[in-house]
Amino acid sequence: MSLSNIVIQFLNGLAGASSLFLVAAGLSIIFGVSRIVNFAHGSLYMLGIYIAYSLIEFFGRSSILGFWGGVLLAALIVGLIGVVIEMVILRRIYRAPELFQLLATFALVLVIKDVALYIWGAEDLLGPRAPGLRGAVQVFGRRLPEYDLLLIVIGPVVLGLLWLLMSRTRWGTLVRAATQDREMVGALGVNQTFLFTSVFFLGAFLAGLGGALQVPREPAQLMLDLTVISDAFVVVVVGGMGSIGGAFLAALLIAQAKAFCIGIGDVVVFGTTLSFTKFTLVVEFVIMAIVLVVRPWGLLGKPQAAQRGSTMVEPPLHPLGKTFWSVVLGLVILLAVAPLGGDDYLLVLLVDIAIFTLFAGTLHFLMGPAGMVSFGHAAYFGLGCYGAALVFLKLKLPMELAIFAGPLAAGLGALIFGWFCVRLSGVYLAMLTLAFAQIAWSVVFQWDEFTGGSNGLIGLWPSDWLKDRTVLYFVILAFCVGGMAFIWRVVHAPFGYVLRAGRDSPLRADAIGIDVRRFQWFGFAIAGALAGLSGALFAFSKGSISPETLAVSRSVDGLVMVLLGGVQTLTGPVAGAAVFTWLQDEIARNTEYWRAILGITILVIVLAFPQGIAGFVKQMMTRKGLLKEVAA
Amino acid sequence: MTTAAMLKITGLNTYYGRAHILSDLSLEARRGEVVVLLGRNGAGKSTTMKSVIGLVAAARGTIEFEGERIDNLAPYRIARLGLGYVPEERRIFTELSVMENLEVGRQSPRDGAPTWTPDRLFELFPNLGRMKDRPGGRMSGGEQQMLTIARTLMGNPRLILLDEPSEGLAPVIVEQMAKTILQLKAEGLTVLLSEQNLHFSQMVADRAYIIEKGRIRYQGTMAELSADAAVREQYLSV
Ligand SMILES: Nc1ncnc2c1ncn2[C@@H]1O[C@H](COP(=O)(O)OP(=O)(O)OP(=O)(O)O)[C@@H](O)[C@H]1O
Ligand SMILES: [Mg+2]
Repeated sequence: MSLSNIVIQFLNGLAGASSLFLVAAGLSIIFGVSRIVNFAHGSLYMLGIYIAYSLIEFFGRSSILGFWGGVLLAALIVGLIGVVIEMVILRRIYRAPELFQLLATFALVLVIKDVALYIWGAEDLLGPRAPGLRGAVQVFGRRLPEYDLLLIVIGPVVLGLLWLLMSRTRWGTLVRAATQDREMVGALGVNQTFLFTSVFFLGAFLAGLGGALQVPREPAQLMLDLTVISDAFVVVVVGGMGSIGGAFLAALLIAQAKAFCIGIGDVVVFGTTLSFTKFTLVVEFVIMAIVLVVRPWGLLGKPQAAQRGSTMVEPPLHPLGKTFWSVVLGLVILLAVAPLGGDDYLLVLLVDIAIFTLFAGTLHFLMGPAGMVSFGHAAYFGLGCYGAALVFLKLKLPMELAIFAGPLAAGLGALIFGWFCVRLSGVYLAMLTLAFAQIAWSVVFQWDEFTGGSNGLIGLWPSDWLKDRTVLYFVILAFCVGGMAFIWRVVHAPFGYVLRAGRDSPLRADAIGIDVRRFQWFGFAIAGALAGLSGALFAFSKGSISPETLAVSRSVDGLVMVLLGGVQTLTGPVAGAAVFTWLQDEIARNTEYWRAILGITILVIVLAFPQGIAGFVKQMMTRKGLLKEVAA
Repeated sequence: MTTAAMLKITGLNTYYGRAHILSDLSLEARRGEVVVLLGRNGAGKSTTMKSVIGLVAAARGTIEFEGERIDNLAPYRIARLGLGYVPEERRIFTELSVMENLEVGRQSPRDGAPTWTPDRLFELFPNLGRMKDRPGGRMSGGEQQMLTIARTLMGNPRLILLDEPSEGLAPVIVEQMAKTILQLKAEGLTVLLSEQNLHFSQMVADRAYIIEKGRIRYQGTMAELSADAAVREQYLSV
């Protein structure tokens, strides 16, 4: 690369960093005070772009005042949307378990996406270039858009303003105090409600501004929510949770890395062409994985002390009693007679439910008993799909054998990824799982020759004896029931006890000589392998697969199922997967806006039953005396 | 003394989950008094304090402050009525400087309560004045104890709840702490103190309650308690 090229890529990187920094800073501030990992932050960014686009269209594309007025107004509107979200939903669940808050923000992602779809449609919308800044300046004989120069300035300016706000005002002092101990801040007479709402305003405003400023650079589209949120997570984690300066540094680092990957393009090394352009999709996740392993609390972050007043104690699991097994038996019998109805549609639905129950069950195993939240569980589902499919298509092995390649591939992947993941805990662990999932996704997505790229793979036909839907149904059902039974068995085996001991008091478990990490690692691999089994079954039940099987949205689906069912009960994932799959299917057949309806349903459930469906049923049964209370 | 109670707890019951911690606890503190709640580890002293400031919900019973029910209010509302809380664990904001810690506690001046400014507090706690910009996390235990009291005083309270202020302090500092409390009393503040340290309590308190397993077992003036060896033996010796 020539010097001029390097300079240009560097400036490109700086310009790209600004918006990324704005979103990440907002996410970080919100997380600091409320301890809510706001998955909907990317959705706020997306709204920023859309609203700015509309406002600019409305004010006139070539008016300078209209453009900047539109950008600022859009950011303000998004800030207010943040306020509404905080006041109507999040405020009610600050005391709920962390995972429930997460579920609520997932639901918001779904709702906001459909609102955007309804208002702006599915087409990409490209806004005008900024009036007055449409030209370009010459740098080393290359053209650099003037607007990019402005963006380069905006990032540091916002950083400076935020720094002043945080260190020089009473509000900032209160925010920093609340980040450490919000309960104490309240006991000193500070109205936290107002503080939290204002923090949400600022965070949402920054996300909206980040989006609005991108109007001249990228089209508004519906996929932005999840791509932006994963970018922002990466930035926050790399920079260090709660550190605004760290977010800036990380945004810079990542934007530079991306710019240079694009700048380098294809390079021939030892006769093979390495495409750095393709690497842009993963480079940030690679950076994050490295940072998390080397400096788990991020570049400028501090090792995290748990925030006060938010501890949650997991109730013990009870040994599986007769009631449990008779319910399960009843369910299995019901499933066994289902095909007698001869309803094909019902069979397809039941197959989906069975597969996703197993998928959710493995994620639940990770999150509940093993205490490791994964934001990237789809990776193992997808590895299972592709493992089985590739063995079937390329090695021409029969389906009966290919199915086992699924758990093998996924288990192997989980062993590798898990080795890194178990070194972390909490949100950091979750982020790292997301990073690995994204890496896996982008490899599958871009490796056209091997995985079929974005088209996926087709022609996964079951063997002849399984051609009959009913037979296939029973085989899949058998695998899923077997998988679930295995998980339940593991949870109540000594292995499961050790995992729970490690979750509840890692230090004490360490002290009595248990190598917690090692157990968690195996737990991770088991969950991965079984998720892979569900993936393999999925592949053969559908006949074709695509990279969607390991996309973020699949991981989110899994999380929603688990959280919907309730983390504390073993039957939770069954209920969650069944309700989710059925709802999705049922609603999707009737309306284009199934996401919104699902999202609203989830929100209602979250607000009404903060323990999940199964947890709620259990509570009701306990209250009615149907279930024995465990002595406190 | 005939002054009406400033803080009056009647029949308080508090739970952590299903564990019944406080049972029918009643006590009161009158204007200008220093009242001590004595009890062994785990007796329920901190829980009483937390119930008053609203950090744990009272299941049954009433808590009145200057004649107003406060048992259903959020902690910040209670604090804004002029009730200051100094937690046992200090809970200093470690990332914030001394001045910033004080700023978090600041409230507007209040009728019938002494008004505090950082400068006045530095007269009371000269050590703090010498480390205004030091982060709270880099202070000794004694300094943190001063800071946590100073921080609460910034809210210009009429009454403060001091949860085991002498805990973990060197004897010299304990003496200092006793003087400080008497100074606060002289300023017109009412103090409800929890303690295990009888000697310290004798230096500052007018009246005493003894709590055991969440119940009040004894109440009387500090002088009476000092004279009653049997009671001390039964509830306070370790
Ligand atoms: N968060 C909690 N959850 C459950 N039980 C608790 C909790 N906090 C305290 N307890 C229990 O409540 C009882 C009273 O505790 P409390 O802290 O009020 O005692 P204390 O008198 O302040 O003791 P110490 O002198 O050790 O500070 C103890 O038995 C304790 O184990
Ligand atoms: Mg205590």
